[in-house]
Amino acid sequence: MSDEPSEDIPLVKLPLDSWHRARGARMVPFAGYEMPIQYEGIVAENNWTRSSASLFDVSHMGQLGLTGPSGDCEAGAAEAAEALEALLPGLITSLKTGRMRYSMLLDENGGILDDLMVTNAGPRIALVVNGAVKWDDIAHLREHLPDEINLHHFDDFALLALQGPKAGEVLEMLVPSTGALTFMTADLFEWGGTHLWVSRAGYTGEDGFEIAVHADHVEALADALVADERVKPAGLGARDSLRLEAGLPLYGHDITTETDPVSADLTFALSKKRREAGGYMGHGPVATVLEQGATKVRVGLILEGRMPAREGAEVYAGDEKVGVVTSGGFSPTLGKPIAMAYVDMSHAETGAALECEVRTKRLPATVSPMPFVPHRYFRGS
Amino acid sequence: MPRYFTDEHEWIDVEDDEATVGITDYAQEQLGDIVFVELPEAGTALDKGGDAAVVESVKAASDVYAPISGEVTEGNGALEEEPALVNSSPEEDGWFFKMTVGDASELEGLMDEAAYKEFVEGL
Repeated sequence: MSDEPSEDIPLVKLPLDSWHRARGARMVPFAGYEMPIQYEGIVAENNWTRSSASLFDVSHMGQLGLTGPSGDCEAGAAEAAEALEALLPGLITSLKTGRMRYSMLLDENGGILDDLMVTNAGPRIALVVNGAVKWDDIAHLREHLPDEINLHHFDDFALLALQGPKAGEVLEMLVPSTGALTFMTADLFEWGGTHLWVSRAGYTGEDGFEIAVHADHVEALADALVADERVKPAGLGARDSLRLEAGLPLYGHDITTETDPVSADLTFALSKKRREAGGYMGHGPVATVLEQGATKVRVGLILEGRMPAREGAEVYAGDEKVGVVTSGGFSPTLGKPIAMAYVDMSHAETGAALECEVRTKRLPATVSPMPFVPHRYFRGS
Repeated sequence: MPRYFTDEHEWIDVEDDEATVGITDYAQEQLGDIVFVELPEAGTALDKGGDAAVVESVKAASDVYAPISGEVTEGNGALEEEPALVNSSPEEDGWFFKMTVGDASELEGLMDEAAYKEFVEGL
């Protein structure tokens, strides 16, 4: 058996570290933190999330707040929104209070520095960025945003994700009125003498919430959530298999500075009004790809058999190498291996018969629409 | 029938000149849900410490090494249909392959059950 390479850098403990260990989590290094990778097992946690509700600790992610010279108020948020639009391709100034949008920080070549959620949180613009690159994001924002824009890192806050078809009814019982939120909206609630900033969003393809809570109160909240028998804790392993099934890209793997939003099939995040108007870093190169079309594109692959193709596996059409897998694994929901790959445009159409090379074997794979497992977001009753 | 263990968490049962190889309960616990096992074909020559099989969990692929040198005589066909046997019965029904004992002296460097238990407790 081969071991994972060990990391020598000191790891940060999550506010819920002992909580995870007490519940049998196996902790692994990830993004500079000791993170729970699994409790009961990835397949069981994946399936529980699809059928009931799971609690994920994603406190490693960066929670940032931006305000302008007017301070913590609507005017300050509007100033921050305008400034932020210089660094990403989404329309932020038109976001109403409590609305959120998926976007990407782009570099000057149109490469993706990170993907993130941007919310008009009322008195500020709130960002949730990937844990693995949060320090780079902060440096990038600080370097390129005007000095008058205040950037606050809410590093004393934890972030819990409650995901699954029963997440809505569970959270409504615990925190009344959260059920009124619809997909991609957020609001402030009170619970147990503290504030919760609740967003109806997530990374599993299921209905659910991300809940920002002060580190001092996160254990009480986690206890209250898993006290409901519909909720079980789940780890990073299931989070990864769920997001893969949901067709959601993972930063550092499926999207990087070497990929652009068009090739990544994230054109939906290029707000129409801004595609021509531009005014954001990387617009020129992105506009060129939009106009000329990408040469490679991120697609989904469903493999025959049971052997998964992992990141780095080469994709072939006959003898010709036409792409590479950027993430792959075994889908517990579908019971077969699935993957995301960048393949040449000429082999990217749905149904194209390709092969993935794994340890000298060629595994038949079919280009398939994503998500692999349909999204079930709550858009209102 | 003596059973030996490697520090890479394989076990090997030796009966006369044939051996059966699998991964330990500790190993399957670390790997989590096994979804696929790639076994060597009969006739494959194995070198001690060399790649012998690959075990795929939901999350990752891991190599399984040959505890000793020899030739593969049989793979466990049951794992094709039910790779989860490695989780449910790692040290019995979930065996990986059988092989000849090329050089019995190679067994001397392996751990016995008590030594392996102590080794795992130290991890």
